[in-house]
Amino acid sequence: MALGTIDTNQIASDAVTVPKVTDQVLASPNLIINGAMEIFQRTTSVASVSDNTYVVQDRMNFFSSNDGVISVFSSSEHPTGAGFSKSLKVDVTTADTSIAAGQYLGINQRIEGYNHAQLEYGTATARTIVVSFYAKSNLTGPFCYSVKNGTSDRSFPIEFSLSAANTWERISFVISGDTSGTWLETNGIGAYHQISLAMGSTYHGTNNTWQAGNKVATSNQVNLLSSTSNEFFLTGWQVEVGTASPTAYQHEDYSTTLRKCQRYYETLPQHTGGFSVIATYRAGSDYRQEWMFKVTKRANPTAGGSQSAGPTATYISPDMISYYHTADFYGGALTANAEL
Amino acid sequence: MDIKSAKYYKNGITGKACGIYCTIDDVKVAVPLDPDNIHYAEIEKQRLAGTLTIEDAD
Repeated sequence: MALGTIDTNQIASDAVTVPKVTDQVLASPNLIINGAMEIFQRTTSVASVSDNTYVVQDRMNFFSSNDGVISVFSSSEHPTGAGFSKSLKVDVTTADTSIAAGQYLGINQRIEGYNHAQLEYGTATARTIVVSFYAKSNLTGPFCYSVKNGTSDRSFPIEFSLSAANTWERISFVISGDTSGTWLETNGIGAYHQISLAMGSTYHGTNNTWQAGNKVATSNQVNLLSSTSNEFFLTGWQVEVGTASPTAYQHEDYSTTLRKCQRYYETLPQHTGGFSVIATYRAGSDYRQEWMFKVTKRANPTAGGSQSAGPTATYISPDMISYYHTADFYGGALTANAEL
Repeated sequence: MDIKSAKYYKNGITGKACGIYCTIDDVKVAVPLDPDNIHYAEIEKQRLAGTLTIEDAD
């Protein structure tokens, strides 16, 4: 057939079907930020995890209240053939063989209300989502995935199991939108998405249905903390609008993901022989210094520094922090934390 | 969150309290008085529960 014989005028609109177009073109945006676990501005590993903390991978929060201890790593283990280079690794270092009613362990991401609003939760037109992720563990489950609102009074737990131990597997499920409850559409928490690793009975609900309350797992939930031999790996986490199979993981360039993460957490690293903040002017015996962020923050961030004698934050906004300091430079790291 | 040594600080221009210096999980930080900030929300929760006292600013 001669080149140029067929153009768009000869192709009927209904002849362009989904199978003939790459799913990357049709995919809706991934609501999970840093799902490929590539960004870790804080550190590469943490030996002990406190409750409700962001430890290694950006945007990945841990709920952890139990009698065990876990370490979290940025791991180079990953599924092959899907374009990944990193994963989040949880390693149990102190076991808790009996999870009390109010105890828990889970990895969660809080989706900001502005980003979650497109799902129209809490209305009759709430949209269905497709959740997918790659996981590996020496335990096969059942584990539980859950979605809940910011006030934790509406939730949807769903069980999943891995087909084989120590083998990467892509898990996916379709979750209908919640037509009830209050779901923030602001800079607050639009929704929690969580993978439960251990969960006390207080948080057990009915599998695969929307319900009132903070029910993020079922009574079948496995206890990852049962042995120091246990570990869990996660990468390729994706939440997209859809009603059927998940699309391939939507890889994005590193700088795009980093900028998304920096809306919630940004660090100005310590530079050997250099300066984190340069004095802008001197007022009396103090030096006034400013850090202009690369990305506007979700809210006024908490200001931190790596040295006890570091600069003192005096003015904080979503765009900058002003400091005063008794020296004309500061060589430590600075942090701005506006996490949800 | 383990919050200790909390003390208000003032804006140098307005002279009004605009943040709280404290240590959170053994890290010294400055927390803005913003209800959308998760650290301030936790400080307020503990203050209202009577488990955290915040010193006045100098």
